[in-house]
Amino acid sequence: MAEKIDYKNVLFNPFSKNNPVIVQILGICSVLAVTAKLAPALVMGLSVIAVLAFSNVIISLIRNTIPTNIRIIVQLVVVAGLVVIVSQLLQAYAYDVSKQLSVFIGLIITNCILMGRLEAFAMANRPWASFLDGIGNGVGYAGILIIVGFFRELLGSGTLLGYQVVPDSFYEAGYVNNGLMILPPMALVTVACIIWVHRSRNKDLQEP
Amino acid sequence: MTMNKQSNTYTVIYIVALVVLVGSALAFTAMSLKPRQQANLDADKMRQIMASVHITPEKGENIIEIYRRHINDSFVITEDGNRAEGNAFDINTTLESKKPADERLLPVYVCDLGDKGVKYIVPVNGAGLWGPIWGYVSFDSDGSTIYGAYFAHQGETPGLGAEIEKPAFSDQFDGKHIFKDGQFKPVNVIKTGQKPSDGEDYVNAISGGTITSKGVAAMLDDCLTPYKNFLSTLNK
Repeated sequence: MAEKIDYKNVLFNPFSKNNPVIVQILGICSVLAVTAKLAPALVMGLSVIAVLAFSNVIISLIRNTIPTNIRIIVQLVVVAGLVVIVSQLLQAYAYDVSKQLSVFIGLIITNCILMGRLEAFAMANRPWASFLDGIGNGVGYAGILIIVGFFRELLGSGTLLGYQVVPDSFYEAGYVNNGLMILPPMALVTVACIIWVHRSRNKDLQEP
Repeated sequence: MTMNKQSNTYTVIYIVALVVLVGSALAFTAMSLKPRQQANLDADKMRQIMASVHITPEKGENIIEIYRRHINDSFVITEDGNRAEGNAFDINTTLESKKPADERLLPVYVCDLGDKGVKYIVPVNGAGLWGPIWGYVSFDSDGSTIYGAYFAHQGETPGLGAEIEKPAFSDQFDGKHIFKDGQFKPVNVIKTGQKPSDGEDYVNAISGGTITSKGVAAMLDDCLTPYKNFLSTLNK
């Protein structure tokens, strides 16, 4: 029997100290792809939370039956199945959003956070702990997505969730939206800035 | 009896069972959501058609009802301008636009806007930088003046090529003419500050979205030309 697990740590550690994006540097590709606007970043975050939590639970439930030599394949099949279901549900009940996210929902399958959590946590822990771990890591990922999406949409388009927030008088005074923010490289720079701030506030994360 | 979980037989049986299980779950989801998804697709197509005549349903309004109220008639024509068999709404214009012009089935939607007169809406399909682009263009009853246009894309760059779907771009087409002194000249899309050499009507391209803008011009050229005969019979 595994040692007693502190559920609180399992849930809250991935928010900051063990954040999948800014500490483990996982799932960077999707951060580049979906954060040009805030709304798709939100839905992507929610979808990843859902898929991560449920795949963690399913893998944790069947963890003792999985033959070790094909465990990665089994994990992939479960994740792929869940992602397709999420994508079908979005097409049926949130058509506009699914149109906006287009291929990126499908690309959740390739998000390294999922494989990482399944392999490192769900394969070795009970369903309830795995569920909390999935939620925690999903929220940690979604949080970064939302911060990056917020700055990229604000500085790149002058809007938030599609509503204009930079007043017209700014534009009349010569302010121009920064088109570079919309391009993928600026997502990397934004993530780097977040990591910088985060590390300088958490000295123990800094590498010597 | 305990099973050997590392044996080949166990592995093969396990993966087959898993795939069958997941496969049937997916098939069930897809089948049970299909009608809803198709209804969404149809409603979205109706929304796009109406966007080309500047009708935007408010959130929560029934798109199908508004569509039935405004789009009074639709029919299919061929390149010579004669009617053909078929239901305009069900024609896959993406496939049609890949055929030679004289073999295409060309849908036309008729919209009666009361005081503003009768408008004719035609679909256009083409290619942008990353994937397909498409849209709908509506004409006044003279068959030459553009009343409105709507464009959409699958995956153009946000902030650059993707701007073609914004009214700031598509509203430029309002009031442009595709017949100049009896000559058929579909509207061109040209870099801001430049002018076409042969006097056709033009709109400003999107800076940074050059290939998408060119794609729009090519799409209008390719997809409006087969309607030339039909539109010129209106133009009398």
